[in-house]
Amino acid sequence: MGTQEIRYFQVGSHAVGNRLLDPGQRTVQSDPERANALTCGHRACQGCGEALGARYVVDAALRATAGRLVAVNATGCLEVFSTPYPETSWQLPWLHSLFGNAPAVATGVAAALRAQGREDVRVLAQGGDGGTVDIGFGCLSGMFERDDDVLYVCYDNQGYMNTGVQRSGATPPGARTATTEAVGDAPGAPFGQGKDVPRIAMAHGVRYVATATVADLRDLEAKVERAMEVRGARYLHVLVPCPLGWGSPAALTVRIARLATQTGLFPVYEARDGEVTGVTTIRRPAPVEEYLRPQKRFAHLFSHPSGPAALARIQEAADRNIRRYGLLGDGGPS
Amino acid sequence: MRRQIEGARGVAESVAACRPQVVCAYPITPQTHIVEGLGVLVGTGALAGCEFVNVESEFAAMSVAIGASAAGARAYTATASQGLLFMSEALYNASGLGLPVVMTVANRAIGAPINIWNDHSDAMSQRDSGWIQLYAETSQEAIDLHVQAFRLAEEMSVPVMVCMDGFVLTHAFEPLEVPSQEDVDAFLPPFTPRQVLDPAEPVSIGAMVGPEAFTEVRYLAFHRQREALGRIPEIAADFAAAFGRDSGGLLHTYRCEDAQTIVLAMGSVLGTLKDTVDALRDEGIPIGVVGLTSFRPFPMAAVRAAVGGARTLIVLERAFSVGVGGIVSADVHMAVAGLDQRHHTVIAGLGGRPVTRVSLRRMLLDAEAGRLEPLTFLDLDRDLIDRELARVRARPRSGPAAENILRDVGVVGARPH
Repeated sequence: MGTQEIRYFQVGSHAVGNRLLDPGQRTVQSDPERANALTCGHRACQGCGEALGARYVVDAALRATAGRLVAVNATGCLEVFSTPYPETSWQLPWLHSLFGNAPAVATGVAAALRAQGREDVRVLAQGGDGGTVDIGFGCLSGMFERDDDVLYVCYDNQGYMNTGVQRSGATPPGARTATTEAVGDAPGAPFGQGKDVPRIAMAHGVRYVATATVADLRDLEAKVERAMEVRGARYLHVLVPCPLGWGSPAALTVRIARLATQTGLFPVYEARDGEVTGVTTIRRPAPVEEYLRPQKRFAHLFSHPSGPAALARIQEAADRNIRRYGLLGDGGPS
Repeated sequence: MRRQIEGARGVAESVAACRPQVVCAYPITPQTHIVEGLGVLVGTGALAGCEFVNVESEFAAMSVAIGASAAGARAYTATASQGLLFMSEALYNASGLGLPVVMTVANRAIGAPINIWNDHSDAMSQRDSGWIQLYAETSQEAIDLHVQAFRLAEEMSVPVMVCMDGFVLTHAFEPLEVPSQEDVDAFLPPFTPRQVLDPAEPVSIGAMVGPEAFTEVRYLAFHRQREALGRIPEIAADFAAAFGRDSGGLLHTYRCEDAQTIVLAMGSVLGTLKDTVDALRDEGIPIGVVGLTSFRPFPMAAVRAAVGGARTLIVLERAFSVGVGGIVSADVHMAVAGLDQRHHTVIAGLGGRPVTRVSLRRMLLDAEAGRLEPLTFLDLDRDLIDRELARVRARPRSGPAAENILRDVGVVGARPH
């Protein structure tokens, strides 16, 4: 009688199905008692990576705090699609103030809770990459250096998507946006620009810094849980593909996020007190073309004369990440 | 008990007696002594149960105050000048959300040219921010207004700005009485927020509102300030009953009973103005003074009642709207619409220029003699203006005006060309 190999993971992802795990190891989302913090009825686009990421992050944070959680939100897609008047999708106390001040508002909430002796209530701040790496950066840096008791989560979709896909400080080189159009001799966003905020957070000595993507949602949840075990400033940077801004099929959001990690373009790691303490190694390495091709924002790289040189530079950046973080599990800091 | 202390110190102690739970501090002259004082009071434990947060900007200061207030804490900060402008977006947000933050503005000019001295340009620039604006005439009134401001803000769920003249009040040492903790506790109940971030009762604060209800939400802000018009004098009366001092209210009148000419002003210049008027009264000239305390909400009826009897009304302002003239004047003129009066606006004391009795006397005598222009810049050096205008006409690249004028007046450091 022949034997059949049993797969304990989904093809391509190595993610183990929840039903095969002990209840204690299952995801927050598999729990029928999960909070549904960002509940149904919101107005996010089909395939929105940010909605997916926020749902997992906030539910995980709510479980980690037994529901004692307050969320502060920067202006942006997440804020707009979750609170169209007169509705709200939020099932937890939630405050939106401005585009550029979410970290400071969260500091204020945390200070108020401490002054009132309600430190059992924790504070989560969240924003997109525009609100985090650009307009809110001063407040973020202040919150970091003061070590305020806030977990700040950046949902990075690499541009100002809410205003119609403009370049941010997190837009990758070569990408077409409405302010880095695919025109001229060097189409798309310029090379040699942009900032790496997780590393900047590490340079502040932030107690817990982690990156994650919506391709590995159990990892995302686990990082939120670990972040909530720590008091003081914490930073979580989550790559969230945007079908609208990236020109990618809505059905491919998770796959494209996974390709971002498999190419090395988006390293997934965690760091404590400024030192990398863990890296998610790449199990199926992929060339950057595999990640870039399904996205219309990079289409010109495959037709324009400057494309091959640009692709080579993007591959170099990916290789540099692989070396820096030891993403192939071959002697890096993992 | 009165003590010989600095105005800023008095305000710091007065604010501390109000038991703020979150104080956000960012230095800017001439406000800084206030938050320094509060930092010491928190550090020594004299102000217990308060988080003192050293922030990275005024924008962050107001943002921290917003978060703190939304989480149910009594929140306070202080600023001035450029700092007030830098937090402008957050000011509108605090008032739009109805968060009763109290803030001291140590009034100072706005650059460029950069200038650290006193006028009202900063607070005037936030006229429409939705904050209540109360202007102190003296350091003692500033001390007292803060105690009233917390009560007013929290009752109305509206943020309140207490404006006190930079340096003139903040840095002056004089005998001041800071209300005792017991008296303030009796006057000011603990903060009961109308809305609060509480996991036991989750609410979404700061949701998007479109055309279908934006007007109504904004009208409610207008309505709250109109209600405050009634509460401001009541709270001032309660304060007078409890503390024995006549501080606050909508406005104060001085020798207005039979006045043919009335000068309306705000802030510390009222002292000089009253002294000047006393001297002119001695000479038989019937002049009175109205000191406006509440600029926002603007007390239309009270102003009309206070100045309606005069034939000549002069609004003396410590700021102006470039391209128009008076800022306070515009509101005053609305209040007195239809009255048979001559109206003058006098812009005075910009960027800390002293407003002297000599200049005020000359101006008031000019008004009596019918020589005062509708819009006058007090003590304007016409010669300096003409020289710079001539330079601009003579050379396309005439250079920075401020540097040119400094050279004209012989200030050390301005290089000759």
